[in-house]
Amino acid sequence: MLLTLTSTAPDATDLGFLLHKHPDRAQTFDLSVGQAHVFYPEASPQRCTVALLVEVDPIDLVRGRRSGEALTDYVNDRPYAASSLLAVALGRVFRTAMTGTCVNRPDLEGVTMPLEVRVPAMPEPSMVARLFGPLGWSVDVDVPALDPEVPSWGPAPYGDVRLTGSLTVAEALRHLYVLLPALDGGKHYFVGPDEVDKLVRAAGDWLGGHPERDWILRRTLAHRREYVADAVERLTVLDGLTVEETADPDPEAAKDEAVARPLAVDRRDAVLDALRTSGARSVVDLGCGEGALVRALLADPTFTRVVGVDVSVRELKKAAAGLDRMPDSVRARLSLFQSSATYRDERLAGADAVVLMEVIEHVDLDRLPALERSVFGEARPRTVVVTTPNAEHNVRYPHLHAGGLRHTDHRFEWTRAELADWAARVQAAYGYTFRVAAIGPVDDEVGPPTQLVVFTARDAA
Amino acid sequence: MSTLEIPELSLVALVGASGSGKSTFARERFGAYEVVSSDVCRGMVSDDETDQDATADAFDVLGAIVGKRLARGRLTVVDATNAQRDSRKHVIDLARASDVLPVAIVLDLPEAVCLERNTGRGERGVPARVVKRQADLVHRAVRGLQREGFRHVHVLRTPEEVEAAVISRVPLRSDLRSMTGPFDVVGDVHGCRSELESLLGLLGYAVLRDPEGRPVDAVHPDGRTVVFLGDLVDRGPDSPGVLRLAMGMHAAGHALVVPGNHENKLVRALDGRAVTVSHGLETTLAQLSAQDPSFSIAVREWLDGLVSHLVLDEGRLVVAHAGLKEAYHGRTSGRVRSFALYGDTTGETDEYGLPVRLPWADDYRGSAMVLYGHTPTPVPQWTNKTMCLDTGCVFGGHLTALRYPSKELVQVPAEQVWYEPAKPFQAAPTRPDDVLDIQDVQGRRSVETKHHGRITIDEQNAAAALEVMSRFAQHPRWVPYLPPTMAPVATSPLPGILEHPAEAFSAFLASGASHVICEEKHMGSRASVLVCRDDDTAARRFGAPPGETGSLWTRTGRAFFDRPLTEVFLERLRHAVTAAGLWDELGTDWLVLDGELLPWSLKAGPLLREQYAATGAAAGAMLPVAVDALARAAARGLDVGPLDERTRARRDDADLYRAAYRRYVWPTDGLDGVQLAPFQVLASEGSTWNERDHGWHLSVADRLVAAEPSLLRTTRRLEVDAADPAEGVAWWEELTAAGGEGMVVKPFANLVHGRRGLVQPGLKVRGREYLRIIYGPDYTRHLDRLKVRSLGRKRGLALREYALGLEALDRLATGEPLWRVHEPVFAVLALESEPVDPRL
Repeated sequence: MLLTLTSTAPDATDLGFLLHKHPDRAQTFDLSVGQAHVFYPEASPQRCTVALLVEVDPIDLVRGRRSGEALTDYVNDRPYAASSLLAVALGRVFRTAMTGTCVNRPDLEGVTMPLEVRVPAMPEPSMVARLFGPLGWSVDVDVPALDPEVPSWGPAPYGDVRLTGSLTVAEALRHLYVLLPALDGGKHYFVGPDEVDKLVRAAGDWLGGHPERDWILRRTLAHRREYVADAVERLTVLDGLTVEETADPDPEAAKDEAVARPLAVDRRDAVLDALRTSGARSVVDLGCGEGALVRALLADPTFTRVVGVDVSVRELKKAAAGLDRMPDSVRARLSLFQSSATYRDERLAGADAVVLMEVIEHVDLDRLPALERSVFGEARPRTVVVTTPNAEHNVRYPHLHAGGLRHTDHRFEWTRAELADWAARVQAAYGYTFRVAAIGPVDDEVGPPTQLVVFTARDAA
Repeated sequence: MSTLEIPELSLVALVGASGSGKSTFARERFGAYEVVSSDVCRGMVSDDETDQDATADAFDVLGAIVGKRLARGRLTVVDATNAQRDSRKHVIDLARASDVLPVAIVLDLPEAVCLERNTGRGERGVPARVVKRQADLVHRAVRGLQREGFRHVHVLRTPEEVEAAVISRVPLRSDLRSMTGPFDVVGDVHGCRSELESLLGLLGYAVLRDPEGRPVDAVHPDGRTVVFLGDLVDRGPDSPGVLRLAMGMHAAGHALVVPGNHENKLVRALDGRAVTVSHGLETTLAQLSAQDPSFSIAVREWLDGLVSHLVLDEGRLVVAHAGLKEAYHGRTSGRVRSFALYGDTTGETDEYGLPVRLPWADDYRGSAMVLYGHTPTPVPQWTNKTMCLDTGCVFGGHLTALRYPSKELVQVPAEQVWYEPAKPFQAAPTRPDDVLDIQDVQGRRSVETKHHGRITIDEQNAAAALEVMSRFAQHPRWVPYLPPTMAPVATSPLPGILEHPAEAFSAFLASGASHVICEEKHMGSRASVLVCRDDDTAARRFGAPPGETGSLWTRTGRAFFDRPLTEVFLERLRHAVTAAGLWDELGTDWLVLDGELLPWSLKAGPLLREQYAATGAAAGAMLPVAVDALARAAARGLDVGPLDERTRARRDDADLYRAAYRRYVWPTDGLDGVQLAPFQVLASEGSTWNERDHGWHLSVADRLVAAEPSLLRTTRRLEVDAADPAEGVAWWEELTAAGGEGMVVKPFANLVHGRRGLVQPGLKVRGREYLRIIYGPDYTRHLDRLKVRSLGRKRGLALREYALGLEALDRLATGEPLWRVHEPVFAVLALESEPVDPRL
């Protein structure tokens, strides 16, 4: 990866003093994952450019990680695109310059000068102007084609970024030091807690007022990728898909930003109400995910038996977190296990109610009959509660493009009429009656964001 | 010497006071593990064999051991005093719970003998008053033991008798495992004597008649044996005639017979017990009354002696009138008999007043074939290795026989409707839905394979596979196979080269498979395809819903296309199979082919775009700028020589890398631009073709390609003698120099067992440029480190997955139930989640 910094100030070669690197020398520094090289492609009184070229050792990059990673861990943009590794190199090579001290030329400390920064492969090109603009840079981003020989693929996810502005060298370095990892986002490699501290210190004077502060913090700190490449991920990549495509259901993905009260809360309350109205004592939450509903059910002693079922072991582990600290009396009411609609499972039978909260839309339409048979045919609870998005409402979500689904793993989303058709077919096939209710604020034109269907077994009605 | 006969599978209770010599008796006559002692169990839970406080816990342990042993079909002896009626009831309950016969062997010895022996035990002894009491209880219990429920009671009254007693284990009456057939298994006859005669004639039997012309025996020239599945009588025109023939054949050893519920009721009626005379019993009783009274007596005797189910052919075949679940095979109890006669009923009746029957066959997971009748069905269907052969002859359907072991159905139509059915049975035939149970796949399990022994699947791998199978794969019926991962060739010692054909040739030479074939490695995605000849085949053989005639799936069971496009693809493939004349040549209505689907971008589009192309784009954006900066620095006289050189090399590598992945990308629209390169016939009805050499497989593929040249693509190949591989090496060099991915070297003979077991089905030798995509743009500069790679795990997985794939195909081809086919398929997917270097 590469970064150049150019000064066009009078006596431009003063840049060498500020950076503590002599313009007539090429230097190399060892990093944990490779080497950083510093050299000056040009150094005239009118214009002086320093280049920081970081050579990442791609073999070292994966050394020490357990075998069996996804292929994408071995071949990726790390050696080329500006990333948190470049920020690490900056911090290592220009540590003193970043503080602004210049012992040999104190007169240069704190002096603003016309500067140009070039980063030829910067991720998240659409964010660059929003991040650097407010800090006094004028930003020019040139986004190349992903592959000039395959034009249908569209633009690359990198920009050739040029920043120009009148700032101090120390400011320029600190901006890059903080913002490069943020632009790198979820993909950056381990940044130790001390480096995080340093980073916050480096940005303390300007980050607080930055209009994109939350975005920067979230990307830099919260999204540090947990290093878990489990078997499912490997299998997913084996099939030529990226992990993001098969990401787990994120109940917040469909959150209506216009409403203060999250839809997920409305949904959970609606399901709990339906269960209480039905008089159910034992409840199976099929597709329990991380267990939000399971916890709500356990909080209400009316529900004497709570069964959380999911196809994903990862989700079940999250649902089980904190189980050890529950009192025995609560824990005794709960069981969690992995199951799947592809297979019959007699453990699902015998409950008063089965909940399918935001589940059916994750099942391929041609596999849905298996789920129906398993729930309505074999488990046959008195009550079945289903929630699923109302596709008509999607036009109210500005971030969804036309015809788009609310989550990448959704296999379908139904209109109100389609849901009613399905419910009618199920009630006829399995001997249930049903009613539909709205969840969330009802829009006159497109209806509620999500719908609730409560099925009641005919012989129990 | 007295011989004590006990059933081969039974629960034997020793009954006798302390000191009566039970333990010695048991030790000398039974296996070490067959005897479960209450004293030992008491010691296990309390460290003290005489601690009476521990008795309840000790009996729980004893019960658990006995239960497990009996469930596994092991004869078990309970060594306890069993003097109290309660403790004997406990033993009887244990036997009944496992449907085995309880047997009592009583050591009713004189009190003095017991006391004397007991005294000799010192501290371990029991107080004399207790011994006396026990001896008294035992003595008084003897007479009532049969009534308590013991089916066999043997009493030994003196030390001499005990000493001389010999145990003889007698097979159960249902145990005819030594009879291996061949059999002709006949469904419910219900008095249709004429149809039975026709069927026997069709099966090749010569019917023998008495002086009055009535059939009394039937003999097959090849010594075949008929098995009647019961319900010989009632409803039809000549129940006595059917009985006479069946009894004659039975007596002559030409037929085996299990009774049906109608025989059961007939016996009770003949005994003069109160039964409701209905459901056709009235016809039988009327017909019998016209016969000589001695005939009815003979019928009653004969029927009463029939056993409710039979286990035949080394346990591979079980027959019972209403079927039998696996846990009841070879067992004896009231409920086993009731199941065999009436099936698994809920006790409820349906809208026609007939009992509601539970679909036990859906849950059947046994290895024995179960043939039964009882429930009239228009067309016999296999469900999990079971088949109902009652085709309602008396209601105007057919009389059906199944030839065993060839599984060929032979039928004659009813001559007329002899009896109106209570409910219409001519409903459209519906194939029972193949229901898989979570217990078929979940948890740690092992799969027995024909070619590589037992293969164990870890629980966590099974959990991962469960998720992938459930979230992304198609219906299991459409994923009857998954291909194994393929091991790469051993790492080449040649400079600048990671993989080279020389190692493949030497590996096969060492395995004894010197005749190999090199096949070009296609630049696509591994694809398996199942194509049925028509809708009917898909529905009948695979239980497909209308409009589905096969599938095309990935290494993890996903569909490549949506259903409409899949059907377009299958239609064209079907046309090719038909044009090539393969349906008749291979004697099948369906085919599974192994192949590669091109282009790779079809399936791996996201991976190519987001990972490979993005990496190339970042390199393409950054490296030229770096090269330029270094050139200017060098022009200034700075010493950047080695860095400059490296960076230029990296720029060139990045260009090569982009060129490498681009070969895998071309646009497709529907099927335009899509090609399948088939290279092996994996399975068809009855065959797996894995012993046909690859020359044959590729010639079949070539014929398909000739019929559909735009959709199908040929596989270039070269036969090589591994001892003289120069030509093979040159071929690989030529392929890869032209941008090819590489080649796969396979034993020409296909499935090969070498000196050290199963031989790898193929080794991949990838080209230098293709490996750039896998190992990184400038991997050639890091070869010294990359060559340190460990292949053992990958090879082990490749072999195990290969064996599992073969197993799935074997099971598929021989028509095993879906759960059996799915088991090894699921196991392949589970093994694929084993952590292994993905670059291999």
